[in-house]
Amino acid sequence: MSGDAAGVNEVRAAVDAAFRDEWGRVVATLIRTTGDWDLAEECAQDAFTLALQRWPRDGIPGRPGAWLTTAARNRAIDVLRRKAVGAAKLREVAAMTPEPEPAAGVLDESGVPDDRLRLMFTCCHPALSLEARVALTLRTLAGLTTAEIARAFLSSEPTMAKRLVRAKQKIQNAGIPYRVPPAHLLPGRTPGVLGVLYLLFNEGYSATAGADLVRQNLCAEAIRLARVLATLMPDEAETGGLLALMLLHHARRAARIDADGDLVTLEDQDRGRWDGAEIAEGVSVLEGALRRGQPGPYQIQAAIAACHATAATAADTDWAQIAALYEQLARFLPTPVVELNHAVAVGMAQGPAAGLPLVAALEASGRLAGYHLLPATRADLLRRLGRLAEAAVAYSEALELASTDAERRFLRRRLAETTAPA
Amino acid sequence: MKYLLLICGDESAAAHAEEGCGGWTEEMAERGMLHVTGGLRPPAEARTVRVRRRKLLLSDGPFAETKEQIAGLCILECADLDQAVEAAARHPAASYGTIEVRPLLP
Repeated sequence: MSGDAAGVNEVRAAVDAAFRDEWGRVVATLIRTTGDWDLAEECAQDAFTLALQRWPRDGIPGRPGAWLTTAARNRAIDVLRRKAVGAAKLREVAAMTPEPEPAAGVLDESGVPDDRLRLMFTCCHPALSLEARVALTLRTLAGLTTAEIARAFLSSEPTMAKRLVRAKQKIQNAGIPYRVPPAHLLPGRTPGVLGVLYLLFNEGYSATAGADLVRQNLCAEAIRLARVLATLMPDEAETGGLLALMLLHHARRAARIDADGDLVTLEDQDRGRWDGAEIAEGVSVLEGALRRGQPGPYQIQAAIAACHATAATAADTDWAQIAALYEQLARFLPTPVVELNHAVAVGMAQGPAAGLPLVAALEASGRLAGYHLLPATRADLLRRLGRLAEAAVAYSEALELASTDAERRFLRRRLAETTAPA
Repeated sequence: MKYLLLICGDESAAAHAEEGCGGWTEEMAERGMLHVTGGLRPPAEARTVRVRRRKLLLSDGPFAETKEQIAGLCILECADLDQAVEAAARHPAASYGTIEVRPLLP
């Protein structure tokens, strides 16, 4: 322990920072050593409380994470001793045995194994429901309280508490392993972890300006966890792809909602309000990932986002490149929405007449029936071709299918433009 | 941990029953994972037993009339759920039927 006695505000800031940076690591280590998820959370919580008492007196430790892990471990030993569990378990916790599987033990600069990766894979195990994976990840890795997670997912606290309890019971009872999967299982399991982080990000990203702050903060939590994942799995190009994708979207957050809370289309966004530093970081992370030569859907989507984010004006957008990227993306994600986006990009790159047949093919397939953006896209292409009467019909069709007020306002405006006397 | 593997399939799966398990059983036994294993006669030969108010109620056929039938079962000793799922995925019946993996109570 080093340093002089610190001021209350300074300590509070240090504990807050440590909470963001170290919570997941402390919990992950305690789960490994005790095998008890509830005990791990409880002791991690106690360690942070203890820090608030001790750090003002003893000074902020040089390595807060190590201090907190030790405090949490000591607390666990106390609790287990009181419960008088087997001596073997106690010895195990006290010794904090070094990681036996080298593949799973990532050592940080202080030589302490980082258990967060195994915690991520366990929280995102496919035997758990998607809701349970998301809740567990936020609770154990990000340190959100049950009440905060409930608020973020517009659910009640008792429901969320039950979900967390059941998930932990399932891990215990079904024998879900606490480890990073072996190499032969990794390709099947990594996308599941990436998927949970991306879902977290999208939940936060779709929250509007008026929404609960907890909801908006999901983006920051998702980015933080993606950073950890990209650091712990540097050889997986898609971890970098996901981080880059999140950064490139997040960089535009200030410009995508107007004063009325309406979504602003990419074309109409004030690019001066985009976060240049975050775009630069996203592009650099993406370039690092692409150099590995393992293309994947997150890297391609990040590359598309980078095309938009690096265009000085909407007119400068490299639509030919975007169209090519969507074609590549469709090989990984053969979904009709990706095909529709491809059609839009082709319509921009080669002109509206080139996009129309692609939209027509999608309509004929019936795979996007009821999706308002399908007629809206056709309407847009027709409008740009000057076929205003047909465009108006398509806009009306889209208007009937649109589900939010903001979308309906936008479509009504377009409809008025196409039906107005020239 | 012990896991029960319930090997299920529709009626056509019965045709596979005589084929054996293509060395799967032997492999599990060699690895010391196999506790119990067995194939089942068709559900038509089942008797279902209930005792209600001290009265014995017997009926023919399986308890649940479903398209999927249980054709066999085994109990494996596995390190964790991942190992049990991997073992199940390598059972020949997984390629034409369904294998339900259920952890046993301790």
